[in-house]
Amino acid sequence: MLLELEARKEPSRSMLYLTPVIAVLLTMVFGAVIFTLLGYNGLAAVREIFITPAIDIGRWPDLGIKAAPLILIATGLSIGFRANVWNIGAEGQYIFGALAGTGVALLTWDMEGVWILPLMCLAGIVGGMLYAAIPALLKIKLEVNEILSSLMMTYVAVQLLYYLMRGPWMDPEGFNFPQTRLFSDSQLMPEIGDTFVHIGVPLAFIIALIAWFTMSKTVFGFQVRVVGAAPHAARYGGFNKNRTVLLSMLAGGGLAGLAGVFEAAGPFGQMVPQFPTGYGFTAIIVAFLGRLHPIGIMLAGVILAISYVGGEIAQTTLGLPNAAAGLFQAMMLFFLLATDILVKYRLRFGSAAPGGAK
Amino acid sequence: MNDYLLISFIMTVIGASTPILLAALGELVVEKSGVLNLGVEGMMLVGAVTGFAVTSITGMPLVGIIVAAITATLAALIFAYLTLTLTANQVATGLALTIFGIGLSSLLGEGFVGFTIDVMGPVFPAGLAEHPVLRVVFGHNVVVYFSIAMIGAVAWFLKKSRAGLILRAVGESDSSAHSIGYSVIGVRYAAVAFGGAMAGIGGSYYSLVLTPMWAEQLTAGRGWIALALVVFSAWRPWRLLLGAYFFGVVMTLELYTKAAGITLIAPELLAAMPYIATIAVLALISLRKSAGAQAPACLGQPFKPST
Amino acid sequence: MTNFTRRNILKTAGAAATLPLLGTMARGTAPLKVAFVYLGPIGDHGWTYAHEQGRQAAIAQYGDAIETTIVENVAEGPDSERVIRNLAEQGNELIFTTSFGYMNPTLKVAKRYKNVKFEHASGYKQSKNVASYNARYYQGRAVCGTIAGHMSETGVAGYIASFPIPEVVQGINAFTLAARKVNPDFQTRVLWVSSWYDPAKEADAAKALFDQGADIIAQHTDSPAALQAAEQRGLMAFGQSWDMSSFAPTAHLTAIQNNWGIYYVDRIAKVLAGNWSTGSTWWGMKEGAVEMSPFNDRIPAEVQAAAIATRDNIIDGSVPAFAGPISDNTGTERLAAGGALDDGALNGIDWYVEGVSA
Repeated sequence: MLLELEARKEPSRSMLYLTPVIAVLLTMVFGAVIFTLLGYNGLAAVREIFITPAIDIGRWPDLGIKAAPLILIATGLSIGFRANVWNIGAEGQYIFGALAGTGVALLTWDMEGVWILPLMCLAGIVGGMLYAAIPALLKIKLEVNEILSSLMMTYVAVQLLYYLMRGPWMDPEGFNFPQTRLFSDSQLMPEIGDTFVHIGVPLAFIIALIAWFTMSKTVFGFQVRVVGAAPHAARYGGFNKNRTVLLSMLAGGGLAGLAGVFEAAGPFGQMVPQFPTGYGFTAIIVAFLGRLHPIGIMLAGVILAISYVGGEIAQTTLGLPNAAAGLFQAMMLFFLLATDILVKYRLRFGSAAPGGAK
Repeated sequence: MNDYLLISFIMTVIGASTPILLAALGELVVEKSGVLNLGVEGMMLVGAVTGFAVTSITGMPLVGIIVAAITATLAALIFAYLTLTLTANQVATGLALTIFGIGLSSLLGEGFVGFTIDVMGPVFPAGLAEHPVLRVVFGHNVVVYFSIAMIGAVAWFLKKSRAGLILRAVGESDSSAHSIGYSVIGVRYAAVAFGGAMAGIGGSYYSLVLTPMWAEQLTAGRGWIALALVVFSAWRPWRLLLGAYFFGVVMTLELYTKAAGITLIAPELLAAMPYIATIAVLALISLRKSAGAQAPACLGQPFKPST
Repeated sequence: MTNFTRRNILKTAGAAATLPLLGTMARGTAPLKVAFVYLGPIGDHGWTYAHEQGRQAAIAQYGDAIETTIVENVAEGPDSERVIRNLAEQGNELIFTTSFGYMNPTLKVAKRYKNVKFEHASGYKQSKNVASYNARYYQGRAVCGTIAGHMSETGVAGYIASFPIPEVVQGINAFTLAARKVNPDFQTRVLWVSSWYDPAKEADAAKALFDQGADIIAQHTDSPAALQAAEQRGLMAFGQSWDMSSFAPTAHLTAIQNNWGIYYVDRIAKVLAGNWSTGSTWWGMKEGAVEMSPFNDRIPAEVQAAAIATRDNIIDGSVPAFAGPISDNTGTERLAAGGALDDGALNGIDWYVEGVSA
């Protein structure tokens, strides 16, 4: 039997939403088989990684905390990706924004006031934007490939972080351990009620919803989509491509920077050299898994969070190695990318069909 | 700096440069064909772990290196299938490949942690290889000479051979290459496979030569330096050789000056140098608008043959 | 091809623990749940491996009376907080968090779970239910220093170090003081690699030190890469955290072993007996928390005897590792003859003794 691909006249809406689900299901099936072959209890592994964290309400706060920065960064990135602007340096913008916020925190460490935390957040947004502006301007003025420049900038940000932690920003009472002092109560993200969930978590979801509104209902959103989908049409329409590139990069950088401050002033409560954990890169995966759509991104962020938290559960209950979670995440993305083709093409059985041959 | 120290320094630089040179040379060919594979780190790790495992079982490093090349090629082919056949996004697929490589290598390597192997010795007889001065030329193992030979081979291939011309054409203008009748997808498959093989050999240089052991994430992010190196060299093989040794000097100089009790500049600034220099090069080649030093025109763009 | 000899050594070490089985009666039949949070993989050859051996020793001691859980590869920061919290949630009554970066997360979780006992390694903060513990590695460094003073032909040692925190500075100083008692001209060159684990960098650091006159290497980083470099050069080095001789059978002279099992067995006994209390524990060679791994046969008998004498003098207190007179490397006298640095001075130490270039 022959399988053939037939181009669809229009991208399939149903496949657009169905393929992420297919990808997750395929990951579960293949994961179960692979880990069984490796000598583990494959079914239990899938259950612990994908099901247990999702159905246990006690785990939801963990999922929210883990998903929030991913959702925030991915939402920002998705705006650029839709405009065909490939900012993959969100990790650097996340770090730089967090450093800007930390700078404010260190300047105000002996002060009190409700204005401090908002100022830190503002600094984070501006910091992230400035850091994204460099590859954006390089692209606009010199046509420098933003994939490469923004990636390189990430590693510069990491070294800047290390420098500040080992030198100027080191906690003077911290016995030379490379980290800043702890943030004060005025500088920490408040926790909601009696939970340990900081307000950045609901804010991340709300911001994603605002982004959805912006992208679907405003002129800016329309411009971004047109520039991305049909650059020539955009020019005829009188849209300024450079302006769209700049704005979409700044949106990505700003949200990444804000996520950085949320993380630093939330779960970390200080700045440490271990701050970069790859959220900026994982967010790229989240953006794709979520189909560059804010609602999808929220779901994708939660799914990624499930796989992290589940990976830890599987470690404690099944003795599954830590590497398993990463392998599951990679498989999930591979399957998503593979099934992507179903959006634009239709699978056909048999061979001699009109329009199918090529 | 006395002669002994200078030569020892150069030997260490060559050691540190060789794996990134190999991985970057592979990626250079990949990018010349118009494909951006960000999964270098992942492929290096796959090569590192399988090369080490096979060497510790067989006792033959050369077999290990060959297996490293093969397994990393297989990993690269996952990327090729997704991006070329299924036209998936290259950036996302490359990142996924890195995550995959990290996870797979930790899993495969579990059983080989704590093993040791014999390190490959120099190619030439001890009289030359251990000569106080001549060792700078003759004191290396086979992989070092291979890496330099490959630079020459790739330079010749891209510039002089017909196949190289086609590869560049595919990278610069995939649709024209397609309309003349070349298989854009086929060429890119071959390039990505080559990139995988070279990354695998580069990765195995860590586990077989520099630190002959297996530990999780042994390559510690050097795949990303290799990616920077490709850009730094403006996609030119001989410049890539110079760039690799320059990056090696940057990575090693800090240690040699510190060991002598000198701190030239903040080590963090030195560590950021390769990346800053790469951004500067990117800006410069754009300013100069010199043809041939630009990024391949189709870099990262999916190719869908239109009917 | 060589393989693990360490595992075999360990079995005997575990069986040698001799504390009586306490408290199981009082607790009934339910085993005490004890959890361990690890920074690296168990097979990291160093820091985490040593903690895992400690856990094995506890299991060998208590058998079914305890039920242990481990989570490995836990990143410092929010991930560790989540892991620690979930371990507390799962009913673990005693949780060991084994890396410095877990200090603040441990304290944060401990506030919520007041009935759970926490033990944090290598930090400087305690609370009602968080005890801290560390080992006097510097005592082992003194033994290494004695050996280095005898064995080094160039009179220059290289010291590969991570960060200038007190625990590292103590080691550098103790090593140099002991070596200079043997060879008054002995020099220690410290090379900061600003990382606890980067094998390729550690190997290159060793080469840089060897090329500039050092013929023996000590390290306060976690990978065996420097030992391998020493083996390839036909020179000498000391192992870190655990016996690393399988990586460098000729070069490896001895290693400082962190024998955490002694501490774990003791603390578990206290919980079982219901008399656990917080505090800060800093055990050394006297308690058996720091041990030297078997000496390499290439060390001459008289040098071995000198090394054992250094150890015995530290254990019985006749010659402490930091006995006066001590001058720092700027020539200022820090301690007069006849004195010894107390723990307060050691915990804040940020200067280097004569003979150190750092």
